Amino acid sequence: MDAANTSTSAPFRFVREPIDVEALRATLADPACGGYAAFEGWVRDHNEGQRVRHLEYEAYEALAVREAVRIVGEAVARFGVAHAACAHRVGDLAVGELAVWVGVSAPHRDEAFRACRYIIDEIKHRLPIWKKEHYVNGDSGWVNCERCAAAPHEHEHSHG
Amino acid sequence: MSAPLYGLVLAGGRSSRMGQDKAALRVGGRSQLEHAMALLAPHVARAFVSVRADQRADPLRAGFEQIEDSREDLGPIAGIIAAQQRFPESAWLVLACDLPLLDAATLAFLVRERAPEKLATAFRSSHDALPEPLCAVWEPASRAAVAAYVARGKSCPRKFLIGADVHLIDEPNPRALDNANTPEEYAEAMNTRGAAASAATRRLTVQYFALLREQAGRGTESLVTAARTPRELYAELARRYPFTLDPAVLRVAINSEFGDWSAPLAEGDAVVFIPPVAGG
Repeated sequence: MDAANTSTSAPFRFVREPIDVEALRATLADPACGGYAAFEGWVRDHNEGQRVRHLEYEAYEALAVREAVRIVGEAVARFGVAHAACAHRVGDLAVGELAVWVGVSAPHRDEAFRACRYIIDEIKHRLPIWKKEHYVNGDSGWVNCERCAAAPHEHEHSHG
Repeated sequence: MSAPLYGLVLAGGRSSRMGQDKAALRVGGRSQLEHAMALLAPHVARAFVSVRADQRADPLRAGFEQIEDSREDLGPIAGIIAAQQRFPESAWLVLACDLPLLDAATLAFLVRERAPEKLATAFRSSHDALPEPLCAVWEPASRAAVAAYVARGKSCPRKFLIGADVHLIDEPNPRALDNANTPEEYAEAMNTRGAAASAATRRLTVQYFALLREQAGRGTESLVTAARTPRELYAELARRYPFTLDPAVLRVAINSEFGDWSAPLAEGDAVVFIPPVAGG
């Protein structure tokens, strides 16, 4: 799986080791492109008043990969960018680690920024990926799941 | 890098308690040997049938690539040894030919859970919690240990696995590995298959993730259900497991695509209930 981290130019991949940003960025290089935009989502040390010690990401990979490829394709079609790619970690992550990376290259910066924003927003809402937070006080919980027995809610846990 | 996976169906037994060749018994419109070979095919680069020397020309076995036992007196472990000798670099997905209830989901689960760094990956029997050697992946690293075990005068593959560094997993379908050694056991297995295939019920695979996985206490299972839709299936599962998530906050996927709560479920469908997501 992690050979894919460096070698191919798949639009989306799950990664079990630290994401190799330089290698992914290189897959977007294009002499016709004057702009490159990237987003990095990092593991934060707090959420909703709790101090986070580390996280666990789990994914339904078969469906998530299909959906992510669709999202990247939508971004390319909608904003006319040249190249786009995304990588998401699964497994245990420590505070400060890179959890998700999105990169886009385009002739001009505006569409690169917009496509990058589109991809990360859609990834967060549509991919079957789950995050379990382990707190400094010893508690843990699946983000967005622990209180939704009562009522559905649209809570956004954004990075950065 | 894990070793390539080859398949081996053990069909060299004497079938003495059955009174007729077990490999030729019919299951789902074909012989048990053909059934086992068909189940293996999607998972392996090559598939072989393990035979005794006097079975090579048997019409049922002649249609497949064969590996001949080099030892007549050892039972099923002889087939494994012969396969490991012929292709020492390969891992072997070994199947007995007399598992009439073995389903595709169970085999897919075994292959997915395979731990190449262990000597083998095997199911823990739902009956006695011991390893099931004849629906298991035997890694190349087990070859020397198997040879040494046989050299000590032993031949029971189950006892070998009990004492070895093996990855043991739970059967998603607790009846999948019921074997049929007698005409009575075979008749009972055929009844079970018939019940599963009847129009009123269907066999499904359910995969669980995140909070649902923890609450179900398992990552996957194969079950026979009368539920006609994902909505009915979730209601049935919520009676069995302490699920806290209201279906209103879940999405459903069928065969790795988003699906509808009221879509009709078909035999063999793989269903996933998707808790609220939190990627990024």
